[in-house]
Amino acid sequence: MSLTNEKSTEDIAHGIRKRVFLHTMRNNGGYLSQACSAAESLAFLYNEALHLGAPTLPPVPKPFAGVPSAHNPDAFTGAGYHGPFAPDYDRFFVSPAHYALVIYSALIEVGRMDENALDHFNKDGGSVEMIGAEHSPGMEVTTGSLAQGLSMASGVAFARKRAGDKGKVWVYMSDGEFQEGQTWECLSAMRHHEIDNIRVIVDVNRQQCDGAMSSVQELYDLPERIAAFGATCRSIDGHDLDAMRKAADSAEPGKPLVILANTSPFQGMDFLKKRFPRLHYVRFKSEAERKEMRDALAKELGVDMHEIEEA
Amino acid sequence: MVDIVNRPYATAFETFATARPEVMCLSADLTSSCEVDGFRDRHPDQFLSMGMAEQNMLSFAGGLAMQGYRPFIHTFAVFLYRRPYDQLINSIAYSNRKVRMMGFLPGITTPGGITHQAIEDIAVMRAIPNMTVLETGDATEVETVLEVADSIDGPVYVRVLRGQVPRLFATPFAFNELRTLSKGDDVLVLTSGVCTEEALRATAALSAKGVGVHHLHASTLKPFDRDTFIEAARGKKGVVTLENHIITGGLGTIAAEIIAEEGLGVKLRRLGLNDTFAHGASKPYLMKKYGLDAGALVAAIEDVLGQKLDISDDALQAVRLDAVHSAEKAEAL
Repeated sequence: MSLTNEKSTEDIAHGIRKRVFLHTMRNNGGYLSQACSAAESLAFLYNEALHLGAPTLPPVPKPFAGVPSAHNPDAFTGAGYHGPFAPDYDRFFVSPAHYALVIYSALIEVGRMDENALDHFNKDGGSVEMIGAEHSPGMEVTTGSLAQGLSMASGVAFARKRAGDKGKVWVYMSDGEFQEGQTWECLSAMRHHEIDNIRVIVDVNRQQCDGAMSSVQELYDLPERIAAFGATCRSIDGHDLDAMRKAADSAEPGKPLVILANTSPFQGMDFLKKRFPRLHYVRFKSEAERKEMRDALAKELGVDMHEIEEA
Repeated sequence: MVDIVNRPYATAFETFATARPEVMCLSADLTSSCEVDGFRDRHPDQFLSMGMAEQNMLSFAGGLAMQGYRPFIHTFAVFLYRRPYDQLINSIAYSNRKVRMMGFLPGITTPGGITHQAIEDIAVMRAIPNMTVLETGDATEVETVLEVADSIDGPVYVRVLRGQVPRLFATPFAFNELRTLSKGDDVLVLTSGVCTEEALRATAALSAKGVGVHHLHASTLKPFDRDTFIEAARGKKGVVTLENHIITGGLGTIAAEIIAEEGLGVKLRRLGLNDTFAHGASKPYLMKKYGLDAGALVAAIEDVLGQKLDISDDALQAVRLDAVHSAEKAEAL
């Protein structure tokens, strides 16, 4: 594994949280808690684990070029920010497409996208969509409907293994996707067909749209369930980078590797605890609430107040 | 007797796929039911068993297609779109991926009842952007649909006939071209799938009664050969459609849309399942019960023409046997 830029993975994780926080403040809402839980995993992936070539799409994201069809040669996918498709390079699939703001921030932090690319976020006619679609930066497939990313990535991984590609297929998932039957169908198929060039990191933040997972539908012993399907499963502290490095290096022949990154939905933003369990999408009901959060989080993240109010 | 071909898909698929290493055969535990068991046994490297797990199978096929494979998914038609509809849209159709969905047991061709009868599949598939919809009507079309499906730049859904399939046509499946099976001045009959054989049973008996039947067979349902249809419908006393499907959203609706859009001002009778599910029973029983057979077609034509034709069931059966041996027809029946 080689570092792709000069920042440390810790710095990148911090940068992701900071960017998502600033964006949320300026836009009166955002997927803030996902940045808290996912920052280390995504920083680790982009800065250390993923073996990617230079981006093939421009730093400033292109406008939406129309839906894919036999008659639209202009349609593109956001995988260009992960570099070219080549046998030796990895592919990276983001399954929870609503993590898009966090993904975009990670791409900016690792220098794959322009500093101001978030200015295009959720703008009409743009490709930097709120829920990432396959034309959005960092996306290659349509995963807004959850639990399909792993299956599509498995198809890609099967084909790449058969082709003898050295590159791996990485998938970023959320724990809620283990409520969907398709995920288990896919784990069965991966083990049966010995798809062992796939690496899955799951954000086990135990949060979902309706609130805490324990109140919506419990997953119980997720590591045991995944292992019972024949995958190699590592359960780690998702904010412990050394544990993540070790887990990422522990794949076994014939089996997919699933790393359960147990995370906190308010890691690095303690103030969010006040909003528990309503964390899925953070917005503010009043100016007072916004100001209270702004001041508390700015202090915790070490952000200059002027930077927030500039926009 | 009509020439009956045994398991035409089995041989056709093996010939087709072995010549194309990028074709991957996927199956969800219905391998022999979809006539690809021999292929599985003889060509295991081109076969992927996906288990009873259609949602994963469709998304997985999307992934294979991304890497240059052309997956042919084999299962019963109902299992291609009812359970995994979301996967069909997001993992295949939106991205216009070259995934070919081979749907067996279309409509009421199975005694499997509601769970196995794909009676609204064409309506659903027609509504999906990027999707091409094909339907086979005889052994020749089953044998020759594979190359047609494979030539499409995007996803394709095919209604495939299995088991003992009659050979009606001498010429191969032609993409987006209606087959003209007879020409006449009074009424236009538009049929598809297994209903075409039923209509053929009726057309000669109708001619004998002095009714000029113009009979078109549709095997490409989306897109649709509008020009041939419009030309044939102009000046007729009526149009009758007959399909192995619900009359909403299928062939009858296609005809209705074109007639209205072109202002043809011709009467239309749509035969097929009319806002009802079917149940488990034999194909001939169900076709008679739900009015999808030759007798129902004759009755509809009588209605359109406003005259009784006095054609017995026996006459319809006899005509079928006679027509099979006709060497003068362009088509093999």
